[in-house]
Amino acid sequence: MNVSRRATTVLQYAFLGTAAFLSIFPFIWMAISSTNKSIDIISGRTGIGDAFGTNVANFFSQVDVPLVFWNSTKLAVLATLLTIVVSSLAGYGFEMFRSKARDRIYALVLLTLMVPFAALMIPLFMMMARSGLINTHIAIMLPTIASAFIIFYFRQSTKAFQTELRDAAKVDGLKEWQIFLYIYVPVMRSTYAAAFVIVFMTNWNNYLWPLIVLQSNETKTITLVVSSLASAYYPDYGVVMIGTILATLPTLLVFFVMQRQFVQGMLGSVK
Amino acid sequence: MTAGKTGGLKRYYDLNGWLFVAPSLLLIAIFLVYPILRSLYLSFFSGKGMMMKFAGFGNVVRLWNDPVFFQALTNTVTFFIVQVPIMITLALMLAAVLNNDKLKFIGFFRTAIFLPCVASLVAYSVLFKSMFSVDGVVNSALLTVGLISTPIGWLTEPFWAKVLVILAITWRWTGYNMIFYLAALQNIDKSIYEAAKIDGVPAWARFVYITIPMLKPVILFTTIISTIGTIQLFDEVYNLTEGRGGPANATLTLSLYIYNLTFRFMPSFGYAATISYVIVIMVALLSFLQFYAARDRS
Repeated sequence: MNVSRRATTVLQYAFLGTAAFLSIFPFIWMAISSTNKSIDIISGRTGIGDAFGTNVANFFSQVDVPLVFWNSTKLAVLATLLTIVVSSLAGYGFEMFRSKARDRIYALVLLTLMVPFAALMIPLFMMMARSGLINTHIAIMLPTIASAFIIFYFRQSTKAFQTELRDAAKVDGLKEWQIFLYIYVPVMRSTYAAAFVIVFMTNWNNYLWPLIVLQSNETKTITLVVSSLASAYYPDYGVVMIGTILATLPTLLVFFVMQRQFVQGMLGSVK
Repeated sequence: MTAGKTGGLKRYYDLNGWLFVAPSLLLIAIFLVYPILRSLYLSFFSGKGMMMKFAGFGNVVRLWNDPVFFQALTNTVTFFIVQVPIMITLALMLAAVLNNDKLKFIGFFRTAIFLPCVASLVAYSVLFKSMFSVDGVVNSALLTVGLISTPIGWLTEPFWAKVLVILAITWRWTGYNMIFYLAALQNIDKSIYEAAKIDGVPAWARFVYITIPMLKPVILFTTIISTIGTIQLFDEVYNLTEGRGGPANATLTLSLYIYNLTFRFMPSFGYAATISYVIVIMVALLSFLQFYAARDRS
């Protein structure tokens, strides 16, 4: 009994250890490879090299780093704020002002979760082309703002919002938008934080739609830059690694600072 | 609920209700409802670029005679049929082990296994491409251990390219699914396990006869979500294969084929829209299955 229990424990640690190692390894690989020359990277060198400076210099000479970073940040932050404002209004509205008609429409909104993006991208592209919005960041943001996932998340969270707070505010003569802005938003700030983390990650990593819409170097995001550097006929992997680090660092940072909100948002948005 | 209210109050209530949801509904109507209907409409037209003419079911006929479409369809289905069960099983096992509070470093393991979810799809695909080159770190490791005697052509042989895609998606999404199971496991009453332990039920039997049945709804949910995600697979194959879905179309997915038809070659909007409806139908069928199974439960 005792021996078999010890064997089980050892097996469990071995299983977890292997899984943890395989999960982390690509990140370590990214860090190590950023110090190696391209030829060393594709021949599997696992030692730390001395090419980090060269790789960084090459990356900065091939890519307008401040511009690309600014594009990514601006897009992700703006799109996230808009999504959260618009979708939380809807989540609150659907829950606080229930009616038969709105409940039916809400069911339809949830149905849109099933719509694959591939079936939208051609008409969306034609629409943006006709409006002269190709190559603009507005075109990237517009289709992402009203998110059924986030509307659902806020509606679910609103169920825990105490209606007494709202009733008291009403007695005090506050208008509906004031109740939302001055009472609901502050009370629900942890819900907002979790939503922010999730939506920010999605926007920062967004790929297919920007790939279609953003065609000039002036508008490209870090994700698009990494992708195009890596798809060159002979990619310089040293340079590519600097790109992947820059693309990954912000989301890693957000994750480590707000891990609790991240998990809460992930679970909550689909509960 | 509104029955007792006077006409004025009811109007006030209704007006506010609509105002709060209006911005979202407007955006959904323009950027979701209209495009999906427009796709359906386009699927009846053929031609290159903006020069389109009505073709009836011509695109369906073309689809039926298009070997590349069938290759993309087969690949897509292969990916989810093989990958989803592997990943769900792995995630379940990890969650079951991580639910044991007596193990040390549990926080570290949990974070480590969850970490891949943070990586952008493009970044990790590019990393995998560099790790799985012919002389790359993975082949070197496998050669050293003696698991293989000649390097595997992960990016050049059709079979291994498929394996690589499956490995990559599994790496990225196992931790994601695991978190759902962990959350569900923490809601299971621990005393059930204690009782089973006292009765001498071994660990594997507790897993099969207690854990899995208790998690059935979550497993079903994550399976559907993962399958729908894999049906739409694009970022990974695009970045592992320079957008070609190679070698020899072995990793071409439906989404990638649609992209190539529309944005790489001279655009055939109508035909691409038709293929996109194949994805719509597949997703709809799976969602229907989910609702059916969910109803069955309650």
